[in-house]
Amino acid sequence: MKKATTTEAKTKEIVKKHGRDKSGLIAILQDIQEEYNYLPKEALSVVGEQLEVPISRIYEVATFYNTFSLNPRGRYLVEVCAGTACHVQGAFNLKDRLQRDLEIECGQTTKDNMFTLEEVRCLGCCSLAPVVRIGGNIHPYLTQNEIPGILRNYRKQG
Amino acid sequence: MKKISTLDDLKKTGDKGLKSLFPSSVKIVVGMATSGIASGAGEVYEALIAEIKKRKLPYVLTKTGSMGMDFIEPLVDVIEKNKPRLSYGKMTADKVPQLIDQIVKGTIDKIKPIYRVDEEDIIAKREKKQYLKGAVPEYLREIPAMYDIPFYEKQVKIATRNCGIIDPENIEEYIARGGYLAAQKALTSLSPAAIVDDVIKSGLKGRGGGGFPTGVKWQSCVAAKGDIKYVICNGDEGDPGAYMDRSVMEGDPHSVIEGMIIGAYAIGAQEGYIYVRNEYPLAVANLTKAISDARSCGLLGKNIFGTNFNFDIKIGKGAGAFVCGESTALMASLEGKAGEPRAKYVHTVEHGLWDRPTNLNNVETWANVPVILARSGKWFSEIGVPHSTGTKVFSLVGKINNIGLVEVPMGIPLKDIIYDIGGGIPGGKKFKAVQTGGPSGGCIPAKMIDLSVDFDALWEAGSMMGSGGMIVMDEKTCMVDLARYFIEFLAAESCGKCTPCREGVRRMNDILHDICDGRGKVGDVEMLESMAKGIADGSLCALGGSAPNPVLSTIKYFREEYDAHINHKHCPAGVCRALIRYEIAAKKCTGCGVCAKKCPSECISGEKKKAHKINQKKCIKCGICMESCKFNAITVE
Amino acid sequence: MVNFIIDGKKISAAKGTMVLEAARANGIDIPTLCAHEAVSRSGACRLCVVEAKKGKRAKIVTSCLYPVEEGIIIETKNERVLNVRRLVLQLLLARCPESDVIRDLAAQLGVAPQPRFAADKDKSKCILCRSCVRVCEEIVGVSAIGFSCRGADKAVSTPFNEDSAVCIGCGACAFICPTGHIEMETTEETRKIWGRTFKMKACDVCGRYFAPEDQLKYISKKTGVPLKELAVCTNCR
Repeated sequence: MKKATTTEAKTKEIVKKHGRDKSGLIAILQDIQEEYNYLPKEALSVVGEQLEVPISRIYEVATFYNTFSLNPRGRYLVEVCAGTACHVQGAFNLKDRLQRDLEIECGQTTKDNMFTLEEVRCLGCCSLAPVVRIGGNIHPYLTQNEIPGILRNYRKQG
Repeated sequence: MKKISTLDDLKKTGDKGLKSLFPSSVKIVVGMATSGIASGAGEVYEALIAEIKKRKLPYVLTKTGSMGMDFIEPLVDVIEKNKPRLSYGKMTADKVPQLIDQIVKGTIDKIKPIYRVDEEDIIAKREKKQYLKGAVPEYLREIPAMYDIPFYEKQVKIATRNCGIIDPENIEEYIARGGYLAAQKALTSLSPAAIVDDVIKSGLKGRGGGGFPTGVKWQSCVAAKGDIKYVICNGDEGDPGAYMDRSVMEGDPHSVIEGMIIGAYAIGAQEGYIYVRNEYPLAVANLTKAISDARSCGLLGKNIFGTNFNFDIKIGKGAGAFVCGESTALMASLEGKAGEPRAKYVHTVEHGLWDRPTNLNNVETWANVPVILARSGKWFSEIGVPHSTGTKVFSLVGKINNIGLVEVPMGIPLKDIIYDIGGGIPGGKKFKAVQTGGPSGGCIPAKMIDLSVDFDALWEAGSMMGSGGMIVMDEKTCMVDLARYFIEFLAAESCGKCTPCREGVRRMNDILHDICDGRGKVGDVEMLESMAKGIADGSLCALGGSAPNPVLSTIKYFREEYDAHINHKHCPAGVCRALIRYEIAAKKCTGCGVCAKKCPSECISGEKKKAHKINQKKCIKCGICMESCKFNAITVE
Repeated sequence: MVNFIIDGKKISAAKGTMVLEAARANGIDIPTLCAHEAVSRSGACRLCVVEAKKGKRAKIVTSCLYPVEEGIIIETKNERVLNVRRLVLQLLLARCPESDVIRDLAAQLGVAPQPRFAADKDKSKCILCRSCVRVCEEIVGVSAIGFSCRGADKAVSTPFNEDSAVCIGCGACAFICPTGHIEMETTEETRKIWGRTFKMKACDVCGRYFAPEDQLKYISKKTGVPLKELAVCTNCR
């Protein structure tokens, strides 16, 4: 129960920072996601109450945009760039390899909560294609052969 | 920060900026746009700090945006008093001590610069400013001047005039290169009508994709009734393979702000929004800093330049939805809603954000405005070709040697971009086509290489200018797979509001998947064409309206590839997995066994030092064997 | 008054009239699915498209949202228009193969299912016309239901697909649904909708169960009429 009150307090603080303004809903959700790595259901209820926006509308926004996740994500977000330049350089093979090695489908999180695999719309590093971004770091000119070692390194870092 | 309210204030601030742009001591500038950082510019920057500190040198170290030469990043520039500015490519942290050695000794013996810049063309001020005093030093004569190297020779930089030159976080450097002069002139000596008139005269058309004449749009917004009006900068650059706007927002945020100030004054808006993709954190950071600095200087806020004009800008961050690049969806998103477009039978210039008159332009469009005002609409209209004036920034990516951002005059022949600027196709492969306009655009085949790159010619060729993505493809690119790629993208990005787009695009996607997977049926192409017409006509917004374009244009120019997939279950480019086979050439195979070890499905076998074989039944066609083979013994059939 | 032409017929209508209304008032039939008089329009289904010609430009527009304009020439049944309508119906047939409403409408327009489209199994009869969401928001005022996700995954649901705390069980959504997708089960004492079971209120006079208790409480709160006065069914009032 104690954790619940902190989520509430934290969410209220975030809503207040954005002036309790309905048009700030997306920015508020972004800040909540920044804080928790996903959008906790409880936080969304608090946002609804604070902004006086029906929870159905918040749920709509939270599920409409790619950035938001209603489920906890892993420690490292593995983003396979799905930009055109990466695609023509064979990014789909990297995605398949990551799916096999991590034993998850795109959009899922590994059992040990280390990695969440997602496809991302063009990271705009087309000169380095194909790229994968892991925990914010760009891995340029990535080949399938490098993947096991890279994943091992992140696992080691914890 | 000191308030700027007069021309004299601008000049004084600009003088400070000139001192940092043309310093009296050694200055090292690192290209730290997203592309630079991804290439390792951060490590180079850290190494430079350490080396300078270690040797106790009085050097100044700063950051800049992207010059567009992504293919040789990280890029480091060295400026020494009275000497040409030198650009070093492919820098690494390891090379830093050598570079510093060279500066100290005044040589270029270890690392050669790619080019030198003797003088800066300050386009907004119509003047040149020298780095070099006197003749080019002997040891630098072999280094080509920037505009003599093929990558830059045919480029004309207006929208990206400051990118890769100024420190985007330093407003003084922006002002030193003529920044805010146009805004000062507009606000203090021009009537809104005169500004609109000059923008109309310039012939500037929207750079975001639509290509609607900017001045005409402004005029409609001026005419719209309402006390409160808005200007919006669309920075939701969503086309995969396109990052022109990011480069401007990261490398020269003040150019966008100044453009918006001028536009807001012309239209009568007091509030502006910049809507930026969430995937662009550096753009958000640099814009935020720029807005805050402009506010501190009094360039945003109340009584700008001592007039009674008030204007301020807020940033709205996108949250990952391609459709938000559509103006009505973007406005819904700014209002805190899901980004669903609405029918535009009533235009947004009359009923836009919060139902009020709103003028929305794209980043590159706004960045052009200050130069147009500074140099005149007539000057701008003389660049390019009739009906497509000025320049266009393209991101040149894919199967091309010189990957990067280029700004070229409209009407340049496509072949100049591909071969002169782009340096041709890597690996001696054949140029097949170029895709422009992103998911809404189309392909231009190699046979149309002489095409003039302008709004009308691209449209007539079945593609479009779009926002500026230019993806080059070689013989190893499958055009059916490419069409499938774009349709799959659009099916996932459709907002789901209207039936033709939500249901139609995914059905086209299913059919294209079938074709790529060897399940294509005779008649599928005709079916796709007929659906395309209904979807284009029937969709609510431009996302659905243009969604079929990549399919239609690939059918138009590469019908034989569709037929090969459907009738012969063959992918001529060797891309579509269900239709290809990996084979080991016995003659080339040394039997090293690396492929067998790497193969995830354990389908490669053979004796040591003897040619190996692939069990086709077990092969998942991941291609790792080919990637791993050092002897090029594995081929795709 | 604005003068224009629909299918060759000279018509005039008040400024602000939509083409759909102007056509219908003149005996010209345009099929619709998502336009309902009770709620605002969205132009989502695209069945009511017509071609609007202004000078040289002819574009496809939704008649339910397109206001009449002086001198405009509208065609409601030309090949280009019918091509869109046929596609829309084929797509909806594939999405909602079980829907009689869609099947009948398709039959009326001579549209057969497209064998190249595999029929969906997970969409039931929902065509995403938005009437339910709009009635819940605009008329009832509780916004118990809304959309989730986007593209092909877009669906109407309660938040998190859980019982909605604000739903009053009024059934307006089920009533307005053109295809019968929203299921509502009312027995004597209970009503089940969106997975939640509501207790029905018996009329204080005749004893007939007539409305969910939550709905009466909501009306009382909103209008200020005491709950007691609402405890009588319309027949006995």
